[in-house]
Amino acid sequence: MNPFTYSRAGDLDEAVREISDNDRAKFIAGGTNLVDLMKANVMHPTHLVDITRLGLSAIEETEEGGLRLGSLVTNAETAYHPQVAERYPLLANAILAGASPQLRNMATNGGNLLQRTRCYYFYDTATPCNKREPGSGCSALNGHNRIHAILGTSEHCIATHPSDMCVALAALEAVVRVTNRYGERAIPFADFHRLPGDTPHIDANLEPDEIITAVELPPRGFSQHFKYLKIRDRASYAFALVSVAVGLEMEGDTIREARLALGGVAHKPWRNLEAEALLVGNPANRETFKRAADRIVADARGYGSNSFKIELARRAVVRALNEAAK
Amino acid sequence: MSNQSATITEAPKTAQLPRTSIVTLTVNGEQRSLRIAPWTTLLDALREYLDLTGTKKGCDHGQCGACTVLVDGKRINACLALAVMVDDREITTIEGLTKEGSATPDGLHPMQAAFIEHDAFQCGYCTPGQICSAVGLLKEGHAHSREDIQELMSGNICRCGAYPNIVDAIEDVKNHQPDRA
Repeated sequence: MNPFTYSRAGDLDEAVREISDNDRAKFIAGGTNLVDLMKANVMHPTHLVDITRLGLSAIEETEEGGLRLGSLVTNAETAYHPQVAERYPLLANAILAGASPQLRNMATNGGNLLQRTRCYYFYDTATPCNKREPGSGCSALNGHNRIHAILGTSEHCIATHPSDMCVALAALEAVVRVTNRYGERAIPFADFHRLPGDTPHIDANLEPDEIITAVELPPRGFSQHFKYLKIRDRASYAFALVSVAVGLEMEGDTIREARLALGGVAHKPWRNLEAEALLVGNPANRETFKRAADRIVADARGYGSNSFKIELARRAVVRALNEAAK
Repeated sequence: MSNQSATITEAPKTAQLPRTSIVTLTVNGEQRSLRIAPWTTLLDALREYLDLTGTKKGCDHGQCGACTVLVDGKRINACLALAVMVDDREITTIEGLTKEGSATPDGLHPMQAAFIEHDAFQCGYCTPGQICSAVGLLKEGHAHSREDIQELMSGNICRCGAYPNIVDAIEDVKNHQPDRA
């Protein structure tokens, strides 16, 4: 790790002030991704602002009847919280499908949103990577790209966002609350993460001097008909090759409302509103599911080693929808 | 090189070298003060500064679980925690497990005794992390079956492949020492 200075923020204002005053400073909370990236010499902030004593560690009801998840609540506390487990089991299942118990005990909700890709080339400082070093090139395009994206890619980057939690948050249409020195703002989850385009070094639409304070869940949790399906190389403690978060509202055998988000396939949790619209008002059967899945993968593109993900994603969507509709 | 200009090249200006600070950690019930740099991980603080070498450094990247310790009773990867950030937390390592509660007549924590009883290791390198992780797992209270134990021990890798016996040992403590669960 490079040498750095350390300070502990006592309140939100102090945290925002410290980060605004130093463009090479980073916040640290759980540290599970940042410390690892610093050890790998991928990230080298010169100052860390410890935000773990800011509060922001409550899970509470919102006025609208949803749930506000403090950004410093750990992933484990969130997944096992009775209200989350009962009202938002899709989110609980997605969180518990990721990482290990030790990491979930450390990692925070805000940090989960901001974790970086696990692209091998992003981690390997001996190779070009536009995300790590803008303008240096993408080694994955013609390299080992088995784990890489098939949707929303660009010629500059085919990395994926690694989170499971975020796939569920996308399906649930969560809202990210952030604070900066001018006040607060709310970012709809679909607008939080970015596609790589020609700026793959910017993962999210969060300014460097902003801090996430909470993730808000709308009242509707799809707790009757949901599925988080994660397909990976081993049964536990591995990143998704493809994952699918589904939330349905059913009326008899008819789908009344559908949410569908994919992980492991793009630079952000992937939603296709046209595919969701193809489900609504239709019977929950294989033909309906296949139509939606076909719509999603119609836009997909493989890069060689990851081309299998196109068919894998198609089948995973059908299976997840089938299980959610039961 | 000799015909180059004679101007003296200065070393690049660098930020003022960060200072070390005195951090007081509560480890196994004892307060220990150490002068460390902010980039010292909890794992390095335990091993290199406090001589508590029971906690092992495996991958040093949060992937193997050999460095698992309990912080405020919760299992974490000590290799990814900065020591300076846990100064007001209760840290328990393999050396201090018996201080967590009752010990067997041999002076072992019941989980340590169960690992011996079930031959739950071969080389032993991952064992302190496995045991701390297992103690954390039972405290969490989310394992209701053998499959749950397997899933919730997935953050601890054993290259000798002692997994079946590790799960046996944890199941034994879970079933016969409900007060530890």
